[in-house]
Amino acid sequence: MAQDEAKEDARARYWRANLRLMGGLLFVWFTVSFGFGILLREQLDAVSIGGVPLGFWFAQQGAIYVFVVLIFVYCVAANRLEARFEAELGRD
Amino acid sequence: MTDQLWAYIFVGGTFALYIGIAVWARAKSTADFYVAGHDVHPVLNGMATAADWMSAASFISMAGIIAFAGYDGSVYLMGWTGGYVLLALLLAPYLRRFNKFTVPDFVGDRYYSDTARIVAVVCALFVSFTYIVGQMKGVGVAFSGFLGVDYKLGVAIGGMIVLFYAMLGGMKGITYTQIAQYCVLIFAYMVPAIFISLIVTGNAVPQLGFLGEFQGTGEPMLAKLNMVVTDLGFTAYTDGTKSRLDVFAITAALMIGTAGLPHVIIRFFTVPKASDARLSAGWALVFIALLYTTAPAVAAFARLNFVETVHESVYAPDETLLAGETATPDWFFEWEETGLLAFNDKNGDGRIQYAPGGFDDASSANEVKVDRDIMVLANPSIAGLPAWVIGLVVAGGLAAALSTAAGLLLVISSAISHDLGRRTLFKEMSDTDELKLARAASVGAVIIAILAGMYPPDFAAAVVAFAFGLAAASFFPAILLGIFWKRMNREGAIAGMIVGLGFTVVYIAGFKVFGWTNGPEHWLFGISPEGIGTVGMVLNFVVSVTVCLLTPPPPRDVQEIVERIRAPY
Repeated sequence: MAQDEAKEDARARYWRANLRLMGGLLFVWFTVSFGFGILLREQLDAVSIGGVPLGFWFAQQGAIYVFVVLIFVYCVAANRLEARFEAELGRD
Repeated sequence: MTDQLWAYIFVGGTFALYIGIAVWARAKSTADFYVAGHDVHPVLNGMATAADWMSAASFISMAGIIAFAGYDGSVYLMGWTGGYVLLALLLAPYLRRFNKFTVPDFVGDRYYSDTARIVAVVCALFVSFTYIVGQMKGVGVAFSGFLGVDYKLGVAIGGMIVLFYAMLGGMKGITYTQIAQYCVLIFAYMVPAIFISLIVTGNAVPQLGFLGEFQGTGEPMLAKLNMVVTDLGFTAYTDGTKSRLDVFAITAALMIGTAGLPHVIIRFFTVPKASDARLSAGWALVFIALLYTTAPAVAAFARLNFVETVHESVYAPDETLLAGETATPDWFFEWEETGLLAFNDKNGDGRIQYAPGGFDDASSANEVKVDRDIMVLANPSIAGLPAWVIGLVVAGGLAAALSTAAGLLLVISSAISHDLGRRTLFKEMSDTDELKLARAASVGAVIIAILAGMYPPDFAAAVVAFAFGLAAASFFPAILLGIFWKRMNREGAIAGMIVGLGFTVVYIAGFKVFGWTNGPEHWLFGISPEGIGTVGMVLNFVVSVTVCLLTPPPPRDVQEIVERIRAPY
């Protein structure tokens, strides 16, 4: 019984850690697309890279690059997180 | 050799390849048929997902839409890529751990109800059918425009090819043909893009040319484009005309809709395990991003090149050019024959004037009619590339349309054979019988798709782009709450899906089918029908949570399903 409780507790801790990880990445996802590309576009457009207004660049290029990076970061981080809890959760 | 002969060679060659792959990848079991035996390598699944996802619209129309919409076109770029982040983080790994075949499978089991399953089947069929009609139309246009084949016959040929490999190989056959189709379509897209980038900016990488300078003048390409279009009286390319709220709503509807489309979700059931589902979403986005970061560059180059070479050019071939004048380029005359371009010398000066305003409007100074699809289709001739490149682009467009049609077809046939057949009506059905029913359902679905492509209902073209709003407003909240909120129950999910879908359908149909007066001042909160899926989704969440809290929690065993799909071990 004590073993079950320990496992339940480990599951809850794993899930909280996973939610924190996802929350952080989704914050970045929202910031580069809806934030930089839409809501803050005018402010960022004041800056330009190679003649391209920055807000416009995020909306048409930058956000897409960040999306790709975000998914691979999540792949690595989620695999590590799962490995860290492997001993506690054990294989069913 | 002529363009048409090259088109025949490329289209014939690629079709032979698809058929060959189908024969090699025959399906032997229902698991092969629905999910390719859960055994596809994540990188290959990513490639197949990219082809599945990128339709005729992405390949042919998107760059043209952006070329004329400028900043406003960003909604498609962010909207159709950002959804993969949601898929990878929130949905794909959990649905893969759930270990079943279809989206209605998940909805039906998680909400312990055949009613929920049937609502999900109806949503899946509705979304997939509106989407497949557009693909079949694309196939017909490619055949009639480039191969000189009758439109209806073209639709039928395309449909039969898809049917052949979908019926024989199911998901397994579709997956491996989609991988080949991705290679064809990306090659066909990149070759003209690289050359037009070289012409306009001198840089062979379109993504860098986008940041580069115009033909070595030291002037940034986009600054030049902004100046040129504002001189003509258009809005600056890097500024939009849509309201900020509408841009926000459309982007959100497209992103969330992507994450809720059954033919995309189903692809993540084909990999061996949950971590592969995440990785696969990452690779899918890499392969998609290659085209999606090239498209805005092509759009800007094509618009700039169009204005520079066509505006104020001398149309009559034998007229003497004055100092500083140029003759209208040859490709303009070539494409005039297709009807995608037209010139009407309103002021009788023998020069082409391009300006805002309607082509048919006599009071407007604009003398050119431009179909937006020309921006991709005419690229090879604009860049002066050899005739075979046009053949390649035709094969690429067909690959994009057929791969998407095949993915949709599988959703339709599995919804009928698996979700309605085995899981609802005939629960005692054997595996062999289900496989027979699945194959019969795909024949039926192809026949309906061919007929719908031949005689597209008037409203079909108008609603294709709205399939995303429907998916966002129906599936996404039900799946998300099903995974992340253990308390979520049957009553909440059913009420939410019905209200979300119902609201979105009525709003879109009102403006697009029943002819309500359209325009920002008539829209709810100023949100266009394209973006209304976002409001539908919010409504779905609100209704789901409220109804759920007023009704009993789900049974113990369902809560255990949630525990199981969350836990990695």
